[in-house]
Amino acid sequence: MFRKFIRLSFLLSVVLLAFSAVSMAASGEDEDKTSFIMHHIKDSHEWHFATLGHTHITLPLPVIVYSGDRGFEFFSSSSFVDSETHHFGVEHEGYYIDENDKLQAVDESRSFIDVSITKNVAMLFLVIGVTLYLMLGASKHYKKHPNRAPKGIASFVEPIVVFVRDEIALPNIGPKYKKFTPYLLSLFFFIWIGNLLGLLPGAANLTGNIAVTVTLAMITFFVTNFNGNKAYWKHVVATPGVPLPLLLIIVPVEIIGLFTKPFALTVRLFVAITAGHIVILSFIGLIFVFESYAVGVASTLMVVFINVIELLVATIQAYVFTLFSAMYIGAAVAEHGHDH
Amino acid sequence: MDLISPDLGLIIWQTVGFAILFFLLAKFAWNPILAALEERDGAIEASLNEAEKAKMEMANLVAENEKLLQEARIERDEILKSANEYAAKLMEDAKGEAANAGAKMIEDAKAVIETEKQAALMDVKIQVAEMSLLIAEKLMRQNLSSEPAQKKLVEEFVKDIKLN
Repeated sequence: MFRKFIRLSFLLSVVLLAFSAVSMAASGEDEDKTSFIMHHIKDSHEWHFATLGHTHITLPLPVIVYSGDRGFEFFSSSSFVDSETHHFGVEHEGYYIDENDKLQAVDESRSFIDVSITKNVAMLFLVIGVTLYLMLGASKHYKKHPNRAPKGIASFVEPIVVFVRDEIALPNIGPKYKKFTPYLLSLFFFIWIGNLLGLLPGAANLTGNIAVTVTLAMITFFVTNFNGNKAYWKHVVATPGVPLPLLLIIVPVEIIGLFTKPFALTVRLFVAITAGHIVILSFIGLIFVFESYAVGVASTLMVVFINVIELLVATIQAYVFTLFSAMYIGAAVAEHGHDH
Repeated sequence: MDLISPDLGLIIWQTVGFAILFFLLAKFAWNPILAALEERDGAIEASLNEAEKAKMEMANLVAENEKLLQEARIERDEILKSANEYAAKLMEDAKGEAANAGAKMIEDAKAVIETEKQAALMDVKIQVAEMSLLIAEKLMRQNLSSEPAQKKLVEEFVKDIKLN
């Protein structure tokens, strides 16, 4: 088993080196050899899968712009690509995509919203599709065979559903857990499947994008505070059992605390997933920088090792995000029988 | 698109996408699955309780059977015992009766023998008397002239008697 693994990683590193010799021959600078890392981590208006020599295998994505004066406009991102350099930069209908892959208007005074189907939005649809396929498939089993042991997808989904219900929702939220279990389940499966699909080669870094994590964290924030009961708000604005002068300090801290919770959620998921991707890509980048067989073998081994760890991280981060969401909701809906 | 500045377009898509995902999953996946799980938990619990109950009933039944068997055994023993006693009594009675009957038969036989004996004796007496009379008559009839004739006659008579 281990020998097979070594042989496989050696083969992989040889293949990767062969590619590097071809694809990196044109670019001499070390900076160019690692620029693909940030390119992978960030969002883009096109989905770039691979570069074979001078051929770019790219999926152009729709660019959708909404502006007050011109309404909705639809373009293909290929309209913005320079046919010579294969990079964005061409002006089209008064817009262009800059070097940071951001859509800009030629007329700088115009304001617009870029709601393009970017790489991450496409990835979002993919994650939603996979999640729906798995969960609806699982739920079909329960309709067809009530009161029977789970089979197929249901036997894969059921333990996780039971885990989220019994280990995350119930102990952290308490008697009102049933109301929030569907939200926590959706959160867990979305993040988990997003993390796992993000690890596939060529996939987008969806759950490592701060816009995605901040949105999820804000949803938890709204769910928490809309469901906050009297005791929760009293605790925030007039913490019981605290003398008046201290309230001047405590209350601002409590109010800041409301916002640090979603901030922590945002940053934790974003950092954990993005860092994992950067580490993996950095090890691959090392091969191109050193252009040595030894580094190739070592790097490939490390990449496989980190990938396995990332599988773990994908699950842990989904669990942690769900767990903390449950704890925040639990704190907001708990009936306080005791004084602090 | 910078790394740590959230992009508005993606936020909008993520909000819409996650909302749709949540509503579809909640309606078509989580609610049916959670309801089914709860129902199954209930069914399993009920089945277990029923099994426990059935087990208890079974145990009760077995105990009852045992009790019935025990009772039957005791009854059988009693019946056997009384039957034995009755048989013994019957035998005892029969023995007593048989003994009585035997004794009575012996008694009767003895009485019959006595009667027969008496009758025979009477007969003998009568015959002796008749013979005596006969002898006396014959003696009387013949003239007892001579001594030898008398003797001869007596002997003759005696012979006659023996023949009888």
